Formats: sequence, C-alpha cells, structure tokens
Amino acid sequence: MVSPAHFIALSVILFVIGAVGVLVRRNAIVVFMCVELMLNAANLAFVTFARMHGTLDGQIIAFFVMVVAAAEVVVGLAILTAIFRARRSASVDDANLMKY
Amino acid sequence: MTHSIVLASSAAETTRETAYWILAFASVGAALGMVLARRAVHCALLLAVVMLSLAVFYAMEGAPFLAFVQIIVYTGAVLMLFLFVLMIVGISAADSIIETIRGQRMWAALAGIAMLVLLSLVIGHAVIGPAGPSTAQFGNSNVQSLAHLIFTKYVFPFEITSALLITAAVGAMVLAHRERTGPKPTQRELAAERIASGHPTPLPGPGTYALHNAVDMPALLPDGSQSELSVSPVISGRPLPGADGEPSRQLPAGQEAGDQ
Repeated sequence: MVSPAHFIALSVILFVIGAVGVLVRRNAIVVFMCVELMLNAANLAFVTFARMHGTLDGQIIAFFVMVVAAAEVVVGLAILTAIFRARRSASVDDANLMKY
Repeated sequence: MTHSIVLASSAAETTRETAYWILAFASVGAALGMVLARRAVHCALLLAVVMLSLAVFYAMEGAPFLAFVQIIVYTGAVLMLFLFVLMIVGISAADSIIETIRGQRMWAALAGIAMLVLLSLVIGHAVIGPAGPSTAQFGNSNVQSLAHLIFTKYVFPFEITSALLITAAVGAMVLAHRERTGPKPTQRELAAERIASGHPTPLPGPGTYALHNAVDMPALLPDGSQSELSVSPVISGRPLPGADGEPSRQLPAGQEAGDQ
C-alpha cells in the first residue's frame, strides 16, 4: 500500500540530495540543476498534500512553482552565459570579483 | 461480482506499489548520480531521469495535468535549455576535483545528513493521513477543476505570473545581448587573417580516406598517418576505439600505393 507518507519521504530524500549537490558542486550549471532538483522535490510534496487533503490547491501551487522555476532558469542561464563570456569559466570559484 | 472487483483493485494496488518502488529507487539513484557525476552532460541526463520519474509520480498521485506539464515544461524546455547552455559553455567542462575550501565536502555531507535527520524527525512526528477519497477532480475532470481554480480563486497570482514571465524574457534578452566593442571585421581583414594563420584551407573532415566516417575517426594523410586536425579536440581527448590495436584504423595494405 503506497501511502502519502511514502511520497513525502521520497521528496525529503530528493530535496536533501539536491541541497548537498548545491553545497558540493563547483560548476555553476550543475548547481542550477541541483536547485531544480530541490524545486521538483518540493513540487512532489505539494502534489502529495493535495491528494491527502482532497483539494486541488496543492496542485495549483506546484503549477506556480513550475512557472517560477522556468523563469528562474531562463534568467539564471542568461547570467551564466554572460559570466562565461567575460571570464571563460563556469566555475563558481572564479566569479569572485566582488570579494575584496 | 464484488469479489472480482476486490481482486482487480488489489492487483491495481500491487501495480502501484511496484511502480512506486522501481521509480523511487531509479529517481534516488539518478539524483545521487547527478551529484556525483563529474561531467555536466551526464548530470543533465540523470536529471532527466529524475524528472520523468516525478512525472509518473504525479500521475499516480492524481495530477495528470501536472504530469504532462512536468514532461513538456521541465524535461522538454528547461532541460533542453540546460543542454543548450552546456554546449555554449563547452561540453568538455568538468568539475575540478580540488577542494578550494578545506573540508568543504565533509561539512556538506554532514550538513546533508543533519538535514535528512531533521526532516525525517519532522515527517515522522507529523500525522500524515491516508490519501483522500479519489474524486473526479483527481481523475477525468482534473484539468477543468484546475482551470476553475486558476480563474476564480487564484486569478491574481495567475495575472502576476504573466508579469514575471515577461520580465524574465526581457531580462534574458538583455543579459544575453553582447555589445560589439570593436568595429566589425571586413571580408578583406578576415581573408588576410586567414592567410596569416598559416592554414588557409578548411580543416580536414573526420574519416577522410579512413575505414569509416564517424566523427571520432581521424582522416588519413597520404603517407597513411593520422591527421590530428581532423578530429574535434573534445572528442580526441577520449580514448579512441582502435587506439591500441593500431592496424584497425590503417588502410588495407593494398591501398597504400601512394606511400613512396
């Protein structure tokens, strides 16, 4: 019997993996992918809560999260290409011009 | 009659459970592989596996509309955008193994474990009830019910979304636009530059005079040696299929007539 608790547990695991990826990876594009993974895990939790409560509000929120994520990816990747053009590198360690 | 319905529902439940466990292991494994894979392209493809599994989960959880949006928007658009930018930034870009901050990986792993423990405790103590009744709004009339909610209760956030999307599109155009800093080179300057580079002809294509014309097959020069210029540096970094058994990419003996 697959209960909502199964889906919540899976979304927690995926969220933690995404968070560790954001902390560990150095390539900015892969960091972005890990952020996407965290957003997807949150979406899974929203959809599960919608099913649990028997209303569709969770699905609506997940839909809005998808819209915001799409907009975020567009702007984020444009920033990445701009940084890559200026510095010839996509590593998060190399973009430290404002450090000192 | 009732008995057969009960049997059918238990079979459906078994199918659900099997699908859940297979896809749960697939998605967690792919997510772990995404964090651990060194090449960014492998990360993108593993992320596609996670997103497709999540689409199936949405369908199982009574969200058929979101399942299709997940496939179309995430796997179709967002992931293709990721791959597109990866091709611009360079397909060969791999993460460096060197830790720039001492002990960063260890602390990140510890923070991840701590977060997992914390969240597990939270959902362990929370009362997560069983799934609600399977009404039509989680099935056939899902799209109509969602549309009704979007255009009544959530109409203002929906309007705000359009402003967000327009801002994002304009922002992407502004950020990706490049101002030309120097004058545009004329055709004469381009030709002079090409002659001065010492290689006025186009580079040789891969596979010329070789046994087959795959992109990783170096072209053969008149003396039978391989032309390094004919293979893209991204590909030639990899071990070639016949690199150790070198006769595999030479011409057969009878065709080496041009070799004096």
